[in-house]
Amino acid sequence: MEKVFGRSKGLTDVPFSFCPGCTHGTIMRLIAEVLEELDIIEDTIGVSPVGCAGFSQDFFSCDFVGAAHGRAQAVGVGIKRSLPDRMVFTYQGDGDIAAIGTQHAIHTAARGEKITSIMVNNAIFGMTGGQMAPTTLEGMKTSTSPYGRDISVNGYPIDLPRLIANLDGAVYVASVSVDSPKNIQQAKKAIKKAFMVQKAGLGFSFVSVLSTCPTNWGISPVESLKWLRENMMPVYQMGELKATEEVKSL
Amino acid sequence: MEKVLLKGNEIIGEAAIRSGCKVFFGYPITPSTEVIEYLSKHFPKVGGTVVQAEDEIGAINMCYGAACTGTRVMTASSSPGVSLKQEGISFSAAVGLPMVIVNVNRCGPGLGGLGPAQSDYFQSTRGGGHGDYRTIVLAPSKAQELYDYTQLAFDLADKYRNPVILHTDGFLGQTMEPVVLKERPKAPVTDREWVVDGAKGRKKRVLASYSLTNEIGEANNLRWEAKYKDIQDKEQMWEEFHTEDAEYLLVSYGTTGRICKSTVLNARKKGIKLGLIRPITLWPFPANAFIPYKDKVKGVVTVELNTGQMIEDVKLAVECKMPVHLYRRQGGMLPTEHEILDYLETTFKVTAEEV
Repeated sequence: MEKVFGRSKGLTDVPFSFCPGCTHGTIMRLIAEVLEELDIIEDTIGVSPVGCAGFSQDFFSCDFVGAAHGRAQAVGVGIKRSLPDRMVFTYQGDGDIAAIGTQHAIHTAARGEKITSIMVNNAIFGMTGGQMAPTTLEGMKTSTSPYGRDISVNGYPIDLPRLIANLDGAVYVASVSVDSPKNIQQAKKAIKKAFMVQKAGLGFSFVSVLSTCPTNWGISPVESLKWLRENMMPVYQMGELKATEEVKSL
Repeated sequence: MEKVLLKGNEIIGEAAIRSGCKVFFGYPITPSTEVIEYLSKHFPKVGGTVVQAEDEIGAINMCYGAACTGTRVMTASSSPGVSLKQEGISFSAAVGLPMVIVNVNRCGPGLGGLGPAQSDYFQSTRGGGHGDYRTIVLAPSKAQELYDYTQLAFDLADKYRNPVILHTDGFLGQTMEPVVLKERPKAPVTDREWVVDGAKGRKKRVLASYSLTNEIGEANNLRWEAKYKDIQDKEQMWEEFHTEDAEYLLVSYGTTGRICKSTVLNARKKGIKLGLIRPITLWPFPANAFIPYKDKVKGVVTVELNTGQMIEDVKLAVECKMPVHLYRRQGGMLPTEHEILDYLETTFKVTAEEV
């Protein structure tokens, strides 16, 4: 019998350990499929961060390096500059890349480093138990904003892709979501494009993926998807934020 | 063999190129900036890569990434910048990454000043960042040693899969001196079966330092402890100067180690039996150097550019069997050879007439 669906070769046989309803697994699978389809598993080195996204080092079947909190992109740059013919990607949460690692996010893009960064944005610090992130929405309750994020105290959420798209070295920037089958397909296209950009050596490619955190949001997996659609998607600019002419012609 | 006149910091850059270093990540800071300037000019000509990072944190983490691929890598900075690198050095030690980190010490704390200092001795020799780890620390005292020890630093880093710190100062970094660009034998072959460079025809590799259970954590600590013990057993380096018949010893390294040689010669002219032990490895501290002397000499003076840091290691090395005193200058000031001798004579009440 012909096998029509199975585990992507881009993943190991380690089972995902995420909470029920978390979309990290979906996003990782999409990346794994892209690695497999582009036939680059053996050429790729991934960089994992600190936080829930850090588990990525166990789940992908390519080589991996674990970085300190926020430093994944700097580590990725060190790898890529040493081995320019390898594919390098970072897989980071929003807390990692948009708070403690912001300087690397800006300068990796500005220098046009030929790596790919995937940001998983669930608007909260997941691993540490649901604290406010730079991406936490106005009024959103977390353990460090128990009365809701007060703009007058904590300022506004950062839309990192919008910021990165302004930098000349970033040639492909997209913001996608994995809340529905249609959007999952869109997300995969964007991730694939990002890796193709790197393969062609065009510059820095960045994909932000809106994700859920039912455990720390305190709602069910199904409600989480609805909450993401109704609350996050209007705040964060969605779609292809930037694709240079060279990227479009890929 | 080529003999050239170069600034201390430039010598480090040239030595790195001739050590097979392929990538350099840095951020300008006085008095170390000539390292990145020299490499920016000369490294690309021989296929090397220099990236001026967004900050010291970026630079050390780029080193971390490069080292994971088994590529010889270096960064250089000065005290406040090296403080910023500590997180990355801790992570590098935990994963077991070979890299060379140059600290051209300036005085501190805080922003401090640009003059020579040895105030980062504790930071360099006690790990410096969080967690229980050590880095190998080499302390050159002149141009030729800047060259030789930079090359040695790369070899030791590879041999032990450990970060190595080249501990110099603003005086050494800024002084121009002749140096012989010695041809070196090929770097010793070391194990590469841990390198992350793409899982082609082999199982995937992961280089990371998170220990999922306390049991794994302790096993890791014990493994590192064994490595540090091995380094302490095998790599202690020091220079002795007129120690054979010494009644008093100076202990000093780097720039002050060099000044102390003049002090020893002046003392000898006056008939005072003074010798010098100059640590070359600050970690592992050359405790073995003191074994022949700890039941023999009458007293020791450590000469340091700080409030007294190495003196603790010296007291341990001589098991407090004799008085150990400190002569120090700070804030970028250097002692003269004469004031060191005056201090020794006053402290131990030795005079030329007496001996």
